[in-house]
Amino acid sequence: MSAVSQSLRAHATWRWWEFALLAVLLVSWLLLPSHALLLNEIAILALFALSLDLILGYAGVVSLGHAAFFGIGSYAAALFAKLVMPDPLVGMVVAVAIATALGALFSVLILRGTDLTRLMVTLGIASILYELANKLDWLTGGADGLQGVVMGPLLGQFEFDLGGRTAYAYTLAVLIVCLLLARRLVHSPFGYSLQALRDNRLRAGSIGLSVNLRLVAVYAVAAGIAGAAGALLAQTSGFSSLDVFEFHRSAEVMLVLVIGGTGYLYGGIFGAIVFKLLHDLISAWTPQYWNFWLGLFLVVLVLVGREKLMRPWTWFGGKS
Amino acid sequence: MSAVVLETRGLLKRFGGITPTNDVTIQVHKGARHALIGPNGAGKTTLINLLTGVLEPTSGSIWLDGQDITMLAPHLRVRRGIVRTFQINQLFSELTPLQSLALTVSARLSISGVWWKPLGADPRVAPACEKLLAQFHLDDVMNQQVKHLAYGKRRLLEIATALACEPRVLLLDEPVAGVPEGERQEIFDIINALPADVSVLLIEHDMDLVFNFAKSVTVLVAGAVFAEGSVESIANDPRVKAVYLGEGEEAAHG
Amino acid sequence: MLTLLFDGIAYGMLLFVLAVGLAVTLGLMNFINLAHGAFAMAGGYITVLAMSRLGVPFLLCLPLAFIGTALLGALLEPTLYRRMYARPHLDQVLFSIGLVFMAVTGVDYVVGSMQQNIQLPEWLKGRFDIEWVGIGKYRSFIIIVCGVLTIALQWVLAKTRFGSQLRASVDDPRVAGGLGLNVNRIFLLTFAVGSGLAGLGGALGAEVLGLDPTFPLKFMIYFLIVVAVGGTTTLTGPLLAALLLGIADVAGKYYVPKLGSFIVYTLMIVILLIRPQGLFARAGGGK
Repeated sequence: MSAVSQSLRAHATWRWWEFALLAVLLVSWLLLPSHALLLNEIAILALFALSLDLILGYAGVVSLGHAAFFGIGSYAAALFAKLVMPDPLVGMVVAVAIATALGALFSVLILRGTDLTRLMVTLGIASILYELANKLDWLTGGADGLQGVVMGPLLGQFEFDLGGRTAYAYTLAVLIVCLLLARRLVHSPFGYSLQALRDNRLRAGSIGLSVNLRLVAVYAVAAGIAGAAGALLAQTSGFSSLDVFEFHRSAEVMLVLVIGGTGYLYGGIFGAIVFKLLHDLISAWTPQYWNFWLGLFLVVLVLVGREKLMRPWTWFGGKS
Repeated sequence: MSAVVLETRGLLKRFGGITPTNDVTIQVHKGARHALIGPNGAGKTTLINLLTGVLEPTSGSIWLDGQDITMLAPHLRVRRGIVRTFQINQLFSELTPLQSLALTVSARLSISGVWWKPLGADPRVAPACEKLLAQFHLDDVMNQQVKHLAYGKRRLLEIATALACEPRVLLLDEPVAGVPEGERQEIFDIINALPADVSVLLIEHDMDLVFNFAKSVTVLVAGAVFAEGSVESIANDPRVKAVYLGEGEEAAHG
Repeated sequence: MLTLLFDGIAYGMLLFVLAVGLAVTLGLMNFINLAHGAFAMAGGYITVLAMSRLGVPFLLCLPLAFIGTALLGALLEPTLYRRMYARPHLDQVLFSIGLVFMAVTGVDYVVGSMQQNIQLPEWLKGRFDIEWVGIGKYRSFIIIVCGVLTIALQWVLAKTRFGSQLRASVDDPRVAGGLGLNVNRIFLLTFAVGSGLAGLGGALGAEVLGLDPTFPLKFMIYFLIVVAVGGTTTLTGPLLAALLLGIADVAGKYYVPKLGSFIVYTLMIVILLIRPQGLFARAGGGK
């Protein structure tokens, strides 16, 4: 095999640490049963951040309203369980389908315009959905949220237990499936064309890549995965509330991804772990003012430089 | 006389108060080695932008192989075979040369939308990349990220990327711009070795390159065609010399 | 209905004064400052605290709010913001979100999270009743003050040397620098004045919009709408956008209270869809 073929292959082959990470994830379910609830939260956040990585890290679209799809997934799953049937997997499929469809629809709005316009539009969409959920309180429970979502047993057999073990296994399964799917996507020609769009949209067009269709496709996929994360939240916690659409959530997931690193797919997972741990640590110490430290962290992070902070070996003059 | 591959008819672009392209009618024949020269601000890059669809003309038309492409989207023109390079490198900074070329080749093969197989899985991609990497002396840096490459290598990649599209008409916008003297010959050689059936339109300030490479020349001044003809007749045309002398000494650097 | 129009205009003028600093920052330094609302909040709190703790009369608080926030802006610009101008927009967004979080929680910590009330002086309370129109005195006051400010701004931009230097720098900072303009000083002054105006707006608006630590987050989207729809290349663009927004919001909340801000957001999206560079911007702008 020529050097070129080898290099091309090498980019897509599984690294040892990817296996290690998967192993750690699977093992965590076995070894940490008492922490299942926390781990479940982390995994949901990781999935959400993964979906953002696709549009932010790979396609270069800055969105301040990604929570829109998280929220859609959450309410869709909750309402489906309450009004149609409580089977979690069917509900998941429905929620993902709705989120994906809306993602494709809304993506049309972000195709044109500057960064600021995109920011505004994504922010606007999330805000509109928040308002809608608030006003349609006969359906969504309004400010009180949608309570009492009781899920049926997973695969007809495994009841959701209070300890969260079933929930975590479920979330983990969805996370891994989405991860594998996303991995396939980013190593494919399509995935690289997204990166081309991010790096140089002008050149991407000049080598014959159609910009708009690609953006719609990746936005829809990212929306679907975010919807899955939202659905997981609703299904494993038993309720859905307005805060799934809040700006805070969009900002948080962006921070999680930035902490873990954008553009290599695993940033969401690492970022979620670090973020949740930090959050629990700092909240225990100062519960009310967690946001202050969050804000400070963000400011420092950006001032120092996102890339530099996450690569300690560059702190003293090494090449990144 | 070989067939006309690319032509413009009365191409006009006006915006604000200026008319950077003023009623330009040119023809590029198959296999052409045609240079487009003119003083700074003559509208050469604007013309390229119009030809590639980056800008929309105010009036006039553009024809490729006898088909009207005036309203065709930029990426579709590339699919039809009009490819350009940029005066200022436009590359994918986070990708490697190999990935950039593999993606471009995949786009040419219409498999850039494939999402379930890895880049380069198609057996046609690797050999095409190998050829280009060797031809452009990029094999030793093929796995380095573009943002870490030296300028000369980036310029080579700029042209290699365009060739990866297998153009029928290649628009080269100042290919040696900013390249140090010692590395220019490498690029000249590559341009000279382009396949005979590729029609080349070259924008250049470097007169060495123009007179060594081009067979025919169009001179653009203030957005309009000032003179046209074989390279010998243009080289000896006193009006052309006056236009350039009026500008001052044209430096060899673009 | 005329009262609604009047209220909408007052709201719009207020939004303009609040958001004009943001528009100029974006147009001049190409910096998306989501923390702009924090300066407005600062002005509001300066006023409240000065009035309640120090007994400063309301009218005096207004220039105080302006100066105080302008100083704050002048402090933060060279130390923090200036480093961010060349950064990608994502970094700028993260940075300013971080600042907002810090400001919001900081104020909460120091002053508490209740909504603050301003005791307007007697002569500003109440309404003029002219025929069938009830015109609030305070809202008239707002319109007058903001109107004067707008005219002053327009005059500075058009007639003074600083104004032309500013316009040149917005058009092309590199060329402006090359022409010998001290671009850094222009940035500093502009940022300070923009922040000061936001502070003044915050002080003026505290009574009408409500003042509590979540102010910057609540109104951020409104400021951004003014800038996105109005464009950053003119003064009249954001002014018209702000007026449009003010009237639409007031009318919307009155006629269709069920939908609330829904109308405003939808309107914004529609406008941005049709003209991504903003309703009033010169064509050819945007990055």
